[in-house]
Amino acid sequence: MTATEQVPVLRCAGVVKRFDHHTVLRSIDIDVAEHEVVTLIGASGSGKSTLLRCINLLETVDDGSIHLDGVDITDPRVDADNVRRRIGVVFQAYNLFPHMTVLDNVMLAPRLVNKIPRDQAEDRAMTLLRRVNLSEKAKEYPDRLSGGQQQRVAIVRALANDPRLLLLDEITSALDPELVGEVLALIRELKDQRMTIVMATHEMAFARQAADRVCFLDGGRLLEQGPPEQVLVDPVEPRTRQFLARIIEAGRL
Amino acid sequence: MTVPAEAFPHIDDDPPPSDLQRWREDYRRRRARRSTVIASVSTVVFLAVVLVAIFLSPGWPRVRQSFFDGAVARDALPDILRGLWLNVRVLAVTAVLVVVVGLLVAALRTLRGPIYFPVRALAAAYTDFFRGMPLIILLYLVGFGLPGLQLQGIPNSPVVLGTVALVLTYSAYVSEVFRAGIESVHPSQRAAARSLGLTYGQTMRRVVLPQAVRRVAPPLLNDFVALQKDVGLISVLGALDAVRQAQIHSDETFNFTPYLVAGLLFVLLAFPMIRVADWVSVRAARRQQASGSL
Repeated sequence: MTATEQVPVLRCAGVVKRFDHHTVLRSIDIDVAEHEVVTLIGASGSGKSTLLRCINLLETVDDGSIHLDGVDITDPRVDADNVRRRIGVVFQAYNLFPHMTVLDNVMLAPRLVNKIPRDQAEDRAMTLLRRVNLSEKAKEYPDRLSGGQQQRVAIVRALANDPRLLLLDEITSALDPELVGEVLALIRELKDQRMTIVMATHEMAFARQAADRVCFLDGGRLLEQGPPEQVLVDPVEPRTRQFLARIIEAGRL
Repeated sequence: MTVPAEAFPHIDDDPPPSDLQRWREDYRRRRARRSTVIASVSTVVFLAVVLVAIFLSPGWPRVRQSFFDGAVARDALPDILRGLWLNVRVLAVTAVLVVVVGLLVAALRTLRGPIYFPVRALAAAYTDFFRGMPLIILLYLVGFGLPGLQLQGIPNSPVVLGTVALVLTYSAYVSEVFRAGIESVHPSQRAAARSLGLTYGQTMRRVVLPQAVRRVAPPLLNDFVALQKDVGLISVLGALDAVRQAQIHSDETFNFTPYLVAGLLFVLLAFPMIRVADWVSVRAARRQQASGSL
């Protein structure tokens, strides 16, 4: 990288992760530039979720390094909470706190972590909820919302801290097809607002429209990456072709 | 280069760790060592201060004479140990009965359907009553009251009657722990089991109870540790257990050392169980969390 180039928001260099005797990630290198939307595709068990968990320091890497805005966050001296504050994560199963209202879910981190006073945090949370058309659900409890609504709340909760980087871990996998659309529309909106996003997904059609870059993971390796029209339409690697053929067979592209 | 997903090579095939990783591991080891050193030093200093404060205090000689008399302890130990053996036997019998009765009451309380209302109500009344009743009063009522009726078939032994009182009280506690466990199993589990054609009983036995029992193992062990101490209460009925033996020796010598000996033996008895309880909770927590360091 030359000095004139911008420092990438996220840089993974040779990331290795093992669980007992399985090596789940084998030397993954990925750079994500500011305002870039990168999708990770690949079969279940290919390492997509593990990579996201490593980036958020939910897992300790077994080798290599991960840099956020040029700072090595895998350095053991780094304050992990401080790193996580700058990264928003949305999980497949929403992971909303069932004992809090929607509004309290969204306000929790701003109030506890960023010490924002209640009324200010509430204003901001309501603004965010209005943006996803859920302001009238603010006083409801998560379990009374549909899956799509819950996932939108989870996204808003992740955004409430103004993260530098948004990690989305198969956020539409638990939703029925009707509800997938509303969540993906929100992601597209975030992309238009120039959010930097890394998302693991099985939604190839969405990856094709919205992603700047598609990365294909297989057996813990980053096998192929490039613009979606290349990786998804005319892949170089036979494994990618095989994977996409199966997806097309299943009618998901 | 392609690696089929199903052919994860063994860890030995991985390249050796990089310099960065070796530095990181070394750094973490150094931090761990430093924490150990700090913990050891602070513990030693703390203990030294406490011990010096105790031994230099003006009342210490009198305390030692009254609570730590070696000769009295040696004299009382055999009798107290014999008494403790009685406590251990009562404990074993009580614990088994408590689990059986507690599970039964919990199962009765969770029965659905209007026809079971009387059973449910009876089980609820039982737990409410015996959880509220002080154990010591129950011991007097069962241990002295029942034999006083002079009815046929009622045992006379303070040991048996004490065990009955303990089982009555502890089953009420434990049934509530079991019930909490049963109700904490998500309804979708029942739905899945019933949709497979399992009956209510089969669902309970094969699906709900195994999950419930595993979940409540730590609080159950906690109750067991409490029971371990409370078996000493049968001494109020005159059973010659460790507490009663200590009392006899204490009265003979006008010294409190026998009580201390009996107390320490109870602590030793509880110790392995407390460790097991800790271990079970840690294991349960580890199993339920996906992984990671949160």
